[in-house]
Amino acid sequence: MTGLFRIAFKLLVNDRSKFTALLVGITFAVFLMVMMMSMFSGILSRSCAPVYNIGAKVWVMDPAVNNTVSSIPMPDYVLSSARSIKGVSYAVPLYYGGAQVKLRNGSYQSVTVIGLDDTTLFGRPELIEGRIEDIFAENGFLVVKDAEYSKLGSPPIGSELEINDNRASVVGIAKVASSGLFGVPTLYTTFSRAITYIPTTRFTTSFVLIEPRSTGDIPGIQREIARLGYEALTRQQFVDKITAFYTYKTGMGTNILLMTSISFLVGLSISGQTFYTFILENLEKFGAMKAIGAKGRELVTMILFQAFFTSLTGYGLGVGAASSFMLLMRMRMPDYAAQLTFSILGFALLMVTIIAGVSSYIGVRKVLQIQPFDIFRG
Amino acid sequence: MGDCVIRASKLAKWFGEGDARTIAVRDADFEVRYGEMLYIVGPSGSGKTTLLSMISGILKPNGGQVTIEGRDIWAMTDDELADLRLKKIGFVFQDYHLFPRLTTLENVAIPLILKKMEWNEAMRNALQYLEIVGLKERAELQPVKLSGGEQQRVAIARAIAGQPDILIFDEPTASLDGDTGRKIVEFIKTRILNDKRCVIIVTHDSRIYEYADTIMKMEDGRITGLETNHLHEK
Repeated sequence: MTGLFRIAFKLLVNDRSKFTALLVGITFAVFLMVMMMSMFSGILSRSCAPVYNIGAKVWVMDPAVNNTVSSIPMPDYVLSSARSIKGVSYAVPLYYGGAQVKLRNGSYQSVTVIGLDDTTLFGRPELIEGRIEDIFAENGFLVVKDAEYSKLGSPPIGSELEINDNRASVVGIAKVASSGLFGVPTLYTTFSRAITYIPTTRFTTSFVLIEPRSTGDIPGIQREIARLGYEALTRQQFVDKITAFYTYKTGMGTNILLMTSISFLVGLSISGQTFYTFILENLEKFGAMKAIGAKGRELVTMILFQAFFTSLTGYGLGVGAASSFMLLMRMRMPDYAAQLTFSILGFALLMVTIIAGVSSYIGVRKVLQIQPFDIFRG
Repeated sequence: MGDCVIRASKLAKWFGEGDARTIAVRDADFEVRYGEMLYIVGPSGSGKTTLLSMISGILKPNGGQVTIEGRDIWAMTDDELADLRLKKIGFVFQDYHLFPRLTTLENVAIPLILKKMEWNEAMRNALQYLEIVGLKERAELQPVKLSGGEQQRVAIARAIAGQPDILIFDEPTASLDGDTGRKIVEFIKTRILNDKRCVIIVTHDSRIYEYADTIMKMEDGRITGLETNHLHEK
């Protein structure tokens, strides 16, 4: 069979114009599909970044909350009640809000301020400079050193910022697993300082973070929180809720789905059309091979090999082009939100397999239909 | 001439049904022997190609029987028929049907590849057959760069590469000028035909009749005459 594969390979690649058209079509389609899905995946990942960065196992919130940014402050009794629920190891408040930082040059920069429980500092980031206990010092703030850090003028430890006419001293430089979605720098401080510095509503707790005694206690905790009229979600449930919000309620998911579908159709039409032309051009020769003694399944194998070889080569080139593009973009724009995951690679491979399958199906039908007698008859 | 290799008896083929039925071949009885060069001649539509297709295992007859070396070929399965064509029959088509994207050598090697011969060995063997037809030095060229006569010879090399007992030529001179056509048929007669092989040629080119051992005339689907060319009797 290897000899037949070589014949099939040579028939394919020696027809340079069609092979190039096939490769360009599939590569372009894969590039677009991978880019669309990677951007969406990047956006979703960024939108869930605070959930991962803070790392609590159970998050308590108002049921109307769809993401970390649009938190609805809760009364203090929610925290107290949570602490008294059976199976709760401990529960802490979290402040999550936005503020304006006045920079040294007089301009303002939006920031996200995260206020950690004063006692435990639960959810604190990893420090790369400074000491965590300095957060308790007067006006102490930690600045996250991510792609947005430079928007604050890359403040070193000891520098000062101005938040709502309050002085904020940078006492530590932190790093987090992932930056947020909206391209603003992140500051960490204590819960009490956050609600002092930033104007808040009557209630101040954005989220209650719960550490359950065991995973088995979570359903009971969720039931008890629900009786209070609030919602307790595990980390994954909260991530899913945020993902569902951006996917289905913002139009973002629909647009990405449309673009991915269009890319698939572009690839399918270019590949299908070109491959069909390729088969048509060689149809009589395949008929002649049948007359010589080639079996139908041998010709089908040749065609499948050609279709899958082209598709997988196009897939490799498309993925390579997309990842190179993302790498290039990230070099120029550090906060570029696109991430290539194994599931995206798998999905793109599935789409390419469908393209190859459909393209070869058309060819296979034609080749199986051609009769050696048609060759004699002309 | 040697033993009988192909025997056709009461062969019949029609296309369509009812009023639209067209009888292409009726009651065809004949045999071909090793070492024989048989011409099937007749006007267009006389049933030559249909008859050729039935005796070569390509088109199933509606009636009658074809045996090759005593085996009823139409009692075989599709795979057995394909194997029979691969091992016993070599075809040279009117339009040659060479793959334009393969080299001359690779085109000749196709029957060997289909016989599952290893690639390098197939190429070595194919080169020998190209040498037989005098085109060894053209092995790496694509068929489009060859003249009509050369393409015909490549098709012959491909047909004989599988070392078949039966060689079938469909209008071998139709696309060639008179001189080249005669040279090709003379080449077939002197270099390709031997005691262990028979050649069947469908043609209506009377300029090459002189090379035939037997000429079978067809008209309206019937065999109307079977002439032996005594000049070439062995």
